[in-house]
Amino acid sequence: MTVPARTEDVAPPKPEKIRCDACPVLCFIAEGRTGACDRYANQGGNLVRLDPLTILESGDDDQRVVPFLSGAEDWGGEPFSSGKQFVTAIGAGTTYPDYKPAPFIVSQKVGDEDMVTVVTEGIFSYCGVKVKVDTDRHIGEERAVVRVDGEPVGHVMTGEYGSKMLSLGGVDHLTGGSKKEGRVTCSTLLALCNRQSVDMEVDDGAQLTIAAGKAPVINGVEEARMRVGCGSATIGMFARQWAPHVDEVVVVDDHITGVLSEHQAGKLLDIAPTGIKVKGRKSTPGRYFQVAAPGTSWGGTNIDDPLEILGPFNEKIAWPGMRLLMVSTTGEQFAYFTLDDELRPVPTDLTAPLSQVVDRIAENCEPAVASVLFMGGAGGSLRAGVTENPVALTRSVKAALTKVTCGGAPAYVWPGGGITVMADVTEMPENAFGYVPTPALVAPIEFTLRREDYGALGGYTEEVRALDDVLAVGTAAGVRRVRGVAA
Amino acid sequence: MMERPASRWLDDGRLALSHGPIDLILSAEGPAADVAYDAATRRFDTILEELAAELPHLRAPDMPVGGAVAHRMAAATGPHRPATYVTPMAAVAGAVADEILAAMRSAGPLTRAIVNNGGDIAIHLAPGTTANARIAFADGSTAGNVHLCAEDPIRGIATSGRHGRSLSLGIADSVTALASTAAAADAAATLIANGVDLVGHPSVTRVLAEELDPDSDLAGRLVTTACAPLHRVEIAAALSAGATVAESMRERGLIAAAALFLQGRVKLVGPHFKPLSPKEWSNR
Repeated sequence: MTVPARTEDVAPPKPEKIRCDACPVLCFIAEGRTGACDRYANQGGNLVRLDPLTILESGDDDQRVVPFLSGAEDWGGEPFSSGKQFVTAIGAGTTYPDYKPAPFIVSQKVGDEDMVTVVTEGIFSYCGVKVKVDTDRHIGEERAVVRVDGEPVGHVMTGEYGSKMLSLGGVDHLTGGSKKEGRVTCSTLLALCNRQSVDMEVDDGAQLTIAAGKAPVINGVEEARMRVGCGSATIGMFARQWAPHVDEVVVVDDHITGVLSEHQAGKLLDIAPTGIKVKGRKSTPGRYFQVAAPGTSWGGTNIDDPLEILGPFNEKIAWPGMRLLMVSTTGEQFAYFTLDDELRPVPTDLTAPLSQVVDRIAENCEPAVASVLFMGGAGGSLRAGVTENPVALTRSVKAALTKVTCGGAPAYVWPGGGITVMADVTEMPENAFGYVPTPALVAPIEFTLRREDYGALGGYTEEVRALDDVLAVGTAAGVRRVRGVAA
Repeated sequence: MMERPASRWLDDGRLALSHGPIDLILSAEGPAADVAYDAATRRFDTILEELAAELPHLRAPDMPVGGAVAHRMAAATGPHRPATYVTPMAAVAGAVADEILAAMRSAGPLTRAIVNNGGDIAIHLAPGTTANARIAFADGSTAGNVHLCAEDPIRGIATSGRHGRSLSLGIADSVTALASTAAAADAAATLIANGVDLVGHPSVTRVLAEELDPDSDLAGRLVTTACAPLHRVEIAAALSAGATVAESMRERGLIAAAALFLQGRVKLVGPHFKPLSPKEWSNR
């Protein structure tokens, strides 16, 4: 896997200690550790300042900018408006275990509202990522263990429409297993959240290389397209375009293989029965489950020769010269046959009109992408950095008086107890995450609410600083400005 | 590049001073408040350099020391030796707070002044004034309150434990100590936190201090890096071990009181900490 920049645990580098000359203490800092101040660190033998405070700045040319409301209108809950700046928690530092107010409690006038953003970097021992891998290929059984460097870091979850899901991290892997399991899990999460690529292996499944926002690589092959739909849906979408040029179409799909002549879409187009015999379990007319075993070939099955899923044609119905198209759900694989006098399919060159429709399947497939959502619970001690009465913050979030963002990215807050959030790491500035050797991730999180609401929930109103003051002072490491837009 | 000491005003009128690992928040009330802030800033200018100059001696248990802050550190830690291994560094944060508070008081009359060095706090109270501090669990919920009057022999509050910047030999989440100076409270909190422990318990993970910090004055000793959830009986045993250390300090007059925290439980030693009433407890 790609070694995360700030992790000393993954590849054991030569132990190299350096002398920090940032202040008279002249700390001797071991590789991967910070000095006494927690502001300077030894990163691969180099002295680095830890992340500067990151400021998101909106650009007028950015389509996603939320239009700034005039003073007469109510604030709609957006922490960020056109031409405004939003302080993210990246580089804010943390106050774990949160005896003290969060490092930055920022006020910014939005219309008539005196807004408060409480910025902290939370330490998340309870966190993980949900990964959506756009592919039909079989990557492993549901519940199969996902490993990095041989250590279990998560498992395969459900198969979704055109995608496979992974759940990685979580408290059981971070702290419930061996020390190495915790370390490797932490560095895996850190790398994924910082959009670096990670090599992983599914037990009895595929080898994956995953990076947020990039095409997944499965068994060394980069996945190009996400399927247009299941086999049955593909029949429905393209039946009308095929009907004039072919007698039968089979869309091979590990989930639901579709057969044109039997499918409702074919019936409506008066396609004649062809005497085709498809292996597998028949669901409804023209829809078959389990035509083969799951795999990484045709339509997410294990077959390289599509004829393997067909039995002999019914000689009472089929006829010599019958035209048969077989195609996968992405259009990547296709084969065209005509039946000879013994009703055996003979490979034939694809005709131009059919080629066009096969291309159209591919054209309608979206690029396959691996997406990574950070998921963590901010319901614990982190809240104490925001308010003296932590449950008041939880209630305020539930009542939508307080908006939660992660590094400026919108965060979905789960219903139910606590403040359990999910956010897309590609919407955050790069390198938004850090870690502590506990092991746990350090993730940015911001709470934005009206100043009066902040006071009402027992907030540290005396700690509120003006935005200009924060910008002027920043952290010891300065201020990083990133163009972009928050939630 | 060597950074210079920095100062800036906070919105609420308090003064923040920082240099290297030192972060102070100062507040002063009274006729001489303005000059007290000036005096603090001037004194702060050289304080880290003075300490750095004699760091090797400050990291040893019994070497002679020279500077004013170093003397405060040695005075605060000396009474704990030789029965306990401790170097002057155990009181560095509190001693810096005491030194800056002394500089502020010498500038002129103040009714109240507080120097907070990352949780190690030096307090000045003129006759008739009082101060309140809240003591919290690690999850931020209130465990109790401390109310100090000018008459109380307490001018220092310090908190130490596994979750601070310093390394700890014990498993306490934190220990808050009240003493006559911040330096004395700092040293005591450190040593009481070390005493909250379960020796040889499999749930406690430890590494040699020098693996984490090559400069540590704890080199050669095992410091705690993790502690899995413990049974309440084990928590009580660990807290009792720490409380024994705290009681003996209190009998010798080294501290006035202490509050010991471990995995959501608290043990109080001495007066001043006002635990929550059952009603407050249920509302917290």
